[in-house]
Amino acid sequence: MIRIALLVAGKDLRIERRSRVLLWQVLPFAVMALVLCGLALGPNHAGRSSAGPGLFYLVMLLVTLLMINRSQVIEGARGTRTSVATLGLDPAGVFLGKALALAVELWLTGVVVLAGAVLLLHTALVGSAEALPSVLVILAALAAAGTLYGALSGGGQGPATLLPVLSFPAFAPLLIAGERSYSDALHGGALWQWWVISLVALVAYVAIGILLYGVLEES
Amino acid sequence: MSSPTPVVALRDAVVLEDGYPLLSGVTLDLDAGTLSVVTGANGAGKTSLLRLLGGLTTLSSGSGVVSGVDLRTGDLRQLRRRVGWLGHEGSFYDDLTVRENLTFAAKALGRPVEEIARVLDRVGLANRVNIQAKRLSAGQRRRLGLAWLLLRRPEVWLLDEPYASLDDEGRTFFDGLIGDVVASGASVVVSAHDPLRSRALSPRTIIMAGGRIAGDLS
Repeated sequence: MIRIALLVAGKDLRIERRSRVLLWQVLPFAVMALVLCGLALGPNHAGRSSAGPGLFYLVMLLVTLLMINRSQVIEGARGTRTSVATLGLDPAGVFLGKALALAVELWLTGVVVLAGAVLLLHTALVGSAEALPSVLVILAALAAAGTLYGALSGGGQGPATLLPVLSFPAFAPLLIAGERSYSDALHGGALWQWWVISLVALVAYVAIGILLYGVLEES
Repeated sequence: MSSPTPVVALRDAVVLEDGYPLLSGVTLDLDAGTLSVVTGANGAGKTSLLRLLGGLTTLSSGSGVVSGVDLRTGDLRQLRRRVGWLGHEGSFYDDLTVRENLTFAAKALGRPVEEIARVLDRVGLANRVNIQAKRLSAGQRRRLGLAWLLLRRPEVWLLDEPYASLDDEGRTFFDGLIGDVVASGASVVVSAHDPLRSRALSPRTIIMAGGRIAGDLS
């Protein structure tokens, strides 16, 4: 399972590096979304607002949806799906590999968006740095849940509108935990309970994905 | 004298998609180590038949056994590992190079990556190893698909319209390679649109129309 996971993750990341969708499409989109959030708050409020963590996760949620679609589209061509199906890859390994590649892409984007939040929304630099570990855990959980829901919504062949509808209820607890932990990091609150919630969510989504990904692929 | 072992045995096979019959009551036996051609007009059910044989779609009613796997009760994943599929739409990752695609397949199958050079030589793509798949011509893409299959060495080769948009040289190359595969003991099922080519290619031609077998010329 681990061998297949590393193989699939390596393949997805190589395709991403080659196609540069993350660099030229997703990152500019994330920065533009942050700018719009700053404009929505207004120049006088952006620096004083406590909305920074929530807006950071809102932008990351939109980025996650784009990246899930992208991750599924890689496998979406009918001929590719068929050929890869005949390789008989362990579905648990495929799930872990796709989730790992998506997590790496979200981590890269998350670091850029976090820096953007400091610059554009004036969130505190030290607090944002303290929030970084919890951000990475939440993004990994979003990647695991997103890979699962990407397969559930048709694996790149279903309607694009189905993914947000299906996945938002699953993402909501992660976003709440993420927003709370980032806010606590900014304002000196206790972080550990949000860490526990984030880690439990990550483990749960990985376990569910390992168990169900094969069934979703078959269906 | 013992009769040849059937690699495919379908009995009244029906495949429905959203209630619409893609295959209706197909009964078919194909012997192991032979080449069979499935022909018919667009929408006749050629691709649906090949997908059923590959365990890529499920049987709605009837029964069938392919390469020893029961299509109703058997493990379709196991069947898929025994078949190789080549479609006309491309069968790999477009953003990866020829070598990267084959390395992925070799590692997934646990095959030594040294075999890649051998299969690339065989299909005539040895000078295209670092080209992205999306930059290959239609004929070269088809050869890459063949290289993927040669690396896999499946028991049953399912080739869906492999001659589409190939020039004469490409078709001749395909004919030679298919002949070698059959000579090595594998079973090959080719769907082809052109009845004349079908007759030239194989002594066994199955004619499909409306999801049914309309003729079987042996």
